[in-house]
Amino acid sequence: MRRVPDTAARIRIASDEKSIDTSDAEFVINPYEEYALEQAVQLKEKHGGEVTVVTLGPEKTTQVIMKALALGADKAVHLKSDKGPEDPGSIARALADELKGLEFDVLLFGKKGVDDDNQQVGQMVAELLGIPCVTQIVKLDVSGGKAVAQREVEGGSITVETIFPAAFTAEKDLTVPRYASLRELVAARKKPIVVKDVQLLMSSIEIVSIQNPPPRPPGKIVGKGVDAVPTLVRLLHEEAKVI
Amino acid sequence: MTGDVLVLAESSGPTFRKATLEAVTEGRRLADLLNVSEYALAIGNGLKNRAAELGKYGADRVILADDPSLALFHPDYYRQIALETIKRVDPSIVLAAATSTGKDLAPRLAIHLDTAVASECTHLELENGKLIATRPAYAGKVLLRVKVNSSPSIATLRPNVFTAKEVVPGRKPTIEQIEFNRPDSRMIVKEFVAQGAKKLDLTEASVIVSGGRGMGGPQNYKILEELAEVMGGVVGASRASVDAGWRPHSDQVGQTGRTVSPTLYIAAGISGAIQHRVGMINSKVIVAINKDPEAPIFGFADYGIVGDVFEVVPALTREMKAFYGKA
Repeated sequence: MRRVPDTAARIRIASDEKSIDTSDAEFVINPYEEYALEQAVQLKEKHGGEVTVVTLGPEKTTQVIMKALALGADKAVHLKSDKGPEDPGSIARALADELKGLEFDVLLFGKKGVDDDNQQVGQMVAELLGIPCVTQIVKLDVSGGKAVAQREVEGGSITVETIFPAAFTAEKDLTVPRYASLRELVAARKKPIVVKDVQLLMSSIEIVSIQNPPPRPPGKIVGKGVDAVPTLVRLLHEEAKVI
Repeated sequence: MTGDVLVLAESSGPTFRKATLEAVTEGRRLADLLNVSEYALAIGNGLKNRAAELGKYGADRVILADDPSLALFHPDYYRQIALETIKRVDPSIVLAAATSTGKDLAPRLAIHLDTAVASECTHLELENGKLIATRPAYAGKVLLRVKVNSSPSIATLRPNVFTAKEVVPGRKPTIEQIEFNRPDSRMIVKEFVAQGAKKLDLTEASVIVSGGRGMGGPQNYKILEELAEVMGGVVGASRASVDAGWRPHSDQVGQTGRTVSPTLYIAAGISGAIQHRVGMINSKVIVAINKDPEAPIFGFADYGIVGDVFEVVPALTREMKAFYGKA
């Protein structure tokens, strides 16, 4: 699970032009991991077992860990690192090192973080652990020690069957996350959180610079109602040359 | 290290994806700048007669792994073939399309090769022979320029951003077919189920007609489907209409849906909230139809019509029919 700025947050480039200033952003659980967490809790409710949340991030990550515990996780492992998560490979190595010592059947990730949009960590961790990984899943059925997952691909979906332990990365359609009640928020405070300091390895990918995207030139209102339609078609053909 | 460029060529059935042809064209450009060869690794089923096509887009050599068990993407099978080939060819740059396959496979390769991937790149350049990639982050709110300091540099290219071009029309690449010995795997890739009659994914379409909350309900998307059909496009949707259950998630354009860059994006009854905007802002031309003249979408659309979508869209469909009828 990953802590990310809210998707509605304005993103400011820091003065070094190589990082993002998140000092006034509001942080949330990465939306794709909310779908993954909900799936984990539903599996627990149906098949029993326990849900552990593992997260890598700075001190302040505690706030989203509490949220995850309120949403149904039983315990959490917080790998504490203040270094910015800019390299999926080093994040994956730190997570895999921790996961090697844990026993699990199902390892769920969000398909990507809505901050760096890399979409790499889940597959990388699975490769490091030597376990199957099905990415971008929209459906997961578990029975008899195996899983049948549907991955969303261009123009449809692919069904993949796998045995445990296995990793999956969640697409938006996987589940509809629940809301935590006040009682659950209070109960979350009693759930165990193990905190460990981790050192991330050197990045093999380096940010050279960060820019704002070029602004779009101002457009024009062609007109009102159906009367404007012939003009629009003419402009698309003659001016924009896209038809 | 030979310094060559290798492109992972992906197929959809017996044809190469357009996004793959875009990557092969871009790979040729980089290979020319580096004065090296371009390899394409084609993995799939029934590609024997199509492999030479990659030559026209610039590949000097095509390595072909062709087997019925490779018809659909299987992470273990594709990873084994790609790893063996990369270790043998020893390229300095590996490119793939940022499709569901490319985005799944590239990080797996990177972790085994102890290198990194620049995801969903929109621009590539070379600096002292090193690859510098531009890639959007925070759903495109910012653009990162990144350098991969290990070799090979791996990059996935966002579909519809790079141009696929037959740069060397007559080129006949050498074709080497490799043996595929199926490794043990704990995954069984069973079947592909197509969603509806949609031929193209949003990320691959050159025309998208999207509807938002202003469409009023799922039944009203018919008028968008009619317009899309006349223009050879596909229908998209805003998050509001997906969350309302009017359209499937695979139609969603925006931060938690698809990021698209078609030639023409027509937004009907979409207000243009930030999380939608970031998913379609890189469209070449944006047309907005909305009855609210104050809707934010008019602030970044190239052409806007203020009006009722239920009147304007059918009129546009008739006008387009007439236009394409004459053309």
